[in-house]
Amino acid sequence: MSKVEQFDARSCVLLRLGERRFALAAEHIAELVAPSRVFRFAHRTTEIDGVILRRGRVVPVCDLAERLTGKKLTYRRFYLVATQRRGATLDWVALPVSGECELITADLTPAGESDSPHVAAWLSHDGEVIEVLNLDALMPVPTTPAALAQGESPEAHA
Amino acid sequence: MQIAATHKAPGARTEQIILFRCSTQVFAISSASVQEVRSVDTLAGSPVEIEEPSLPKVRHMFHRGEQNLYVVNGAVHFGLLPSPASLIFLLRRARTALLIDGIEKMTTMTRLQALPAAFCHEERVWYRGLTVLDQSVIPVVSPEGFLTTDELFLLDALVSRRGVPESAPASEMGLVL
Repeated sequence: MSKVEQFDARSCVLLRLGERRFALAAEHIAELVAPSRVFRFAHRTTEIDGVILRRGRVVPVCDLAERLTGKKLTYRRFYLVATQRRGATLDWVALPVSGECELITADLTPAGESDSPHVAAWLSHDGEVIEVLNLDALMPVPTTPAALAQGESPEAHA
Repeated sequence: MQIAATHKAPGARTEQIILFRCSTQVFAISSASVQEVRSVDTLAGSPVEIEEPSLPKVRHMFHRGEQNLYVVNGAVHFGLLPSPASLIFLLRRARTALLIDGIEKMTTMTRLQALPAAFCHEERVWYRGLTVLDQSVIPVVSPEGFLTTDELFLLDALVSRRGVPESAPASEMGLVL
């Protein structure tokens, strides 16, 4: 999600992580799904919990709660499946949430210079000021030379 | 909500794979990448011990033809709890032998999915991708991912400095890693 440049009424999905609510631009949401089996295999990307299978597609599960609220989720109500463009590909990522999600339309206030990179904008809803998340700033990025060299998708075939 | 498809339509391409176990986890490797499967015991007398502190996953090597083959402990490589290994894969067109706990089965995969880009560390080198078998997700290892060129260079340098080291008991190779 790119940073919001101006005041703008946009559709957003509100999501709950523990005691706090956050928002994501609706155009970056693919679907909301019930928790399913998480498959775990050896890897070194600590932000990723594992993967779920969704319509034959492997979707990584990334729990944002610890990073955004300081606490891991103890209860996963749904997975909010968001999309993220990386180069030419559109990746899906499953974000565990602890409560109902809500689709709203709200005026967005652009993030300021002093805001954290993960804040794309702000919105006000039901008397609460809510961060609109910049998913790009929350997803893991390659740090090792080997991973950078392998940045494009490894071979895959249908 | 419309999402642009990033998948290719299913095709007829299939690949024979071997499902193997390291520690508690199951991995897949293309059977075409495996030249030989040997029991640890059948290598008695030939493996020699090496120790490079920066590469704890390699504790043994053996000579085959003109080449040194380095034995990579799969569990250590993948950061899993070490467990008693019983088999060795000698990998084709590689200077790597892979120490594993056991073979689960041989099967066929019809689809190799790219590792999602959110995985962005060493696993991108370790795996060719992921496949789904019996509603389980199995990582398909890359035979080239066990030792990098730099690591092979380091090991070759170590071996040439030491000359020909002493042989190690095969049972030790499997159990003390």
